[in-house]
Amino acid sequence: MRYRPGQRVRVAARPHEGHHRTPGYVKGKIGSVERAHASFMNPETRAYGEDGLPEQQLYLVRFAQSDVWPDYSGPRDDGIYVDVFEHWLEEAE
Amino acid sequence: MSHDHDHSHDPITDGDEPAAAARVRALEELLVERGVIDREDVRRRIDWLVSRSPADGARLVARAWVDPEFKERLLEDARAAALELGLDPGPSPVVVAVENTQTVHHMVVCTLCSCYPRALLGRPPDWYKSLPYRSRAVSDPRGVLTEFGVELEDDVELRVLDSTADIRYLVIPHRPAGSETMSEEELAALVTRDSMIGVAQPAAPAPVA
Repeated sequence: MRYRPGQRVRVAARPHEGHHRTPGYVKGKIGSVERAHASFMNPETRAYGEDGLPEQQLYLVRFAQSDVWPDYSGPRDDGIYVDVFEHWLEEAE
Repeated sequence: MSHDHDHSHDPITDGDEPAAAARVRALEELLVERGVIDREDVRRRIDWLVSRSPADGARLVARAWVDPEFKERLLEDARAAALELGLDPGPSPVVVAVENTQTVHHMVVCTLCSCYPRALLGRPPDWYKSLPYRSRAVSDPRGVLTEFGVELEDDVELRVLDSTADIRYLVIPHRPAGSETMSEEELAALVTRDSMIGVAQPAAPAPVA
């Protein structure tokens, strides 16, 4: 497992053709690992009849709403928590 | 090409069957024909899906409200906690329970499709699958909550959970004031489906006469 809870991470901003489970609104955004869930089959290959192996570690990542939506009008502490697979995450300083 | 005839150009349909239903039926025919599934598998799966209801989730929440140690186990491993109560936590996707308190409120969405803890809550409501909910729950969650009748104070931290992958989230709503003397069974009746999605508070206890 590459990341630990509390660690700052950036979601890769790369485009992806085909099925994947990383929502566009967090691509390129920086958040922090809230929890490491477990490893699951990779939906990007499994969606096309392959075995989805190797399994990919899944994390719950917290983003500040104001980082995701610059004109967010709610309180500063509001957050959006998204499940992101490890191969979509990069270390953020 | 001349186009002066007078017949209609309505699409050819099979009665009122929606196109998506026709496509699924065709897929099912093919899968059965090739021996990938059999009709009994499909029927069993449908029976299971329609047999699920939010009453199961409500039992978990009510037990968590009256038993703090059970609540810890539910937060730690919701699947094991469901089995402990004799409930069916369903096939593989992992259920994670999160707790609403006086200072933290969770609400759940699946922006990519309609992921939902079906084993414990039954089928998702239509609005949960709608594009407006799926987009606005992340971009304007407080506005959405207001429309559902939930006014959060500014000192309550709102956490929106987007279940994009293999995890299914179940919200343990905040136990309402005035419910202190109620039995576990009475409490379960306060726990609505929407309160376990996080777009509503549990029902208020009936005032004591």
